[in-house]
Amino acid sequence: MIDLIFLAVIALIVIGLYAVMFKRNLIKIVVGINIIGSAVNLFLVSLGYRSESIAPIFTGTESLNMALATPQALTLTSIVINLAVTALMLSLVIMIYRHYGSLDTLKRRLKE
Amino acid sequence: MSKEMSPIVKNVACVLAIPIIIFGLYIILHGHLTPGGGFPGGAIMASLVALFLIAFGTGWAKKINKGILSWGESIGLALFGLLAFLGLGTSFFNNFLANSNSLFGMSIPFGPNQGFLWTGGTIPLMNIAVGLEVFAALSIIIPIMFSSDESSKEGKK
Amino acid sequence: MEKRIKVSVLLLLCAFLLMAGMFLHEEGNPDETEMDDYFIENGQVETGSNNIVAAIVFDYRGLDTLGEASVLFAAAIGVLIVLGATKNE
Repeated sequence: MIDLIFLAVIALIVIGLYAVMFKRNLIKIVVGINIIGSAVNLFLVSLGYRSESIAPIFTGTESLNMALATPQALTLTSIVINLAVTALMLSLVIMIYRHYGSLDTLKRRLKE
Repeated sequence: MSKEMSPIVKNVACVLAIPIIIFGLYIILHGHLTPGGGFPGGAIMASLVALFLIAFGTGWAKKINKGILSWGESIGLALFGLLAFLGLGTSFFNNFLANSNSLFGMSIPFGPNQGFLWTGGTIPLMNIAVGLEVFAALSIIIPIMFSSDESSKEGKK
Repeated sequence: MEKRIKVSVLLLLCAFLLMAGMFLHEEGNPDETEMDDYFIENGQVETGSNNIVAAIVFDYRGLDTLGEASVLFAAAIGVLIVLGATKNE
């Protein structure tokens, strides 16, 4: 049967795609893309989880049952790339607002 | 649009500056011992810029010297690449300082310990380089996006 | 009409994701762990770093991190180009 954490991932991806497909406000689309990125991060981390395990750091621990470290490292990469993509998307949205005077994807008229 | 906030907020922002910087430096320097590293530490230090922008308004954003920040960004990335190339005697990104008893070169046995700062080889140096780069990059991005609202209003007139 | 197509596409994707989730390993019991076991057992001695995630990010998979830092650099330059240049008009 499907696990609860994967159900959460699927729910987050569907919510993000809903925002991307149905919303007309550009800021909401950016938020939807961010939600999809967070779902991917959650999926990566949950793939590398061992039951009852701790983070793979040796400072001041007793247990040696550690979660898989590579998915966590790649999630760190993914978070930073998400941040960079979001910053670039938001600056483009600001430019679009400055030129067209609206954030609606269907009401695009050049300002006089 | 965004003017200065009250003196209470400004004073509290100034008081919080030193703890935020120290906490960010701690996160960066202990990146090879505790959760953290260059990216979160740089982001924490850049949050100080966001706090000052909220407290002091857009007038403060114009005082930020973007030339120095973009130099810091470039130096961080170049230092990171240089440290990677220095290990090229064996392979790209070879950790040539680990277990060498020189800079950050103390060797430790396998198993849990209380954490020794003088370990990790190139990892702490790369953490510092990446922390500098992330701090500079976010300090460029945040004030520009913060003050872009005002410049768009000036463009309308 | 267009909305109906969009809803059906979304439902189809939801069904596909649920099907794919059925075939995943159960949570807390990953299938292939040889590489990560090697990192956890030897990473501390090889790199001297207590934090295995930092050892992977900056040593074993350093090339990924170089690309990531370049992406952040490019994003900052992009924001500077898109928004910063118009202020000097």
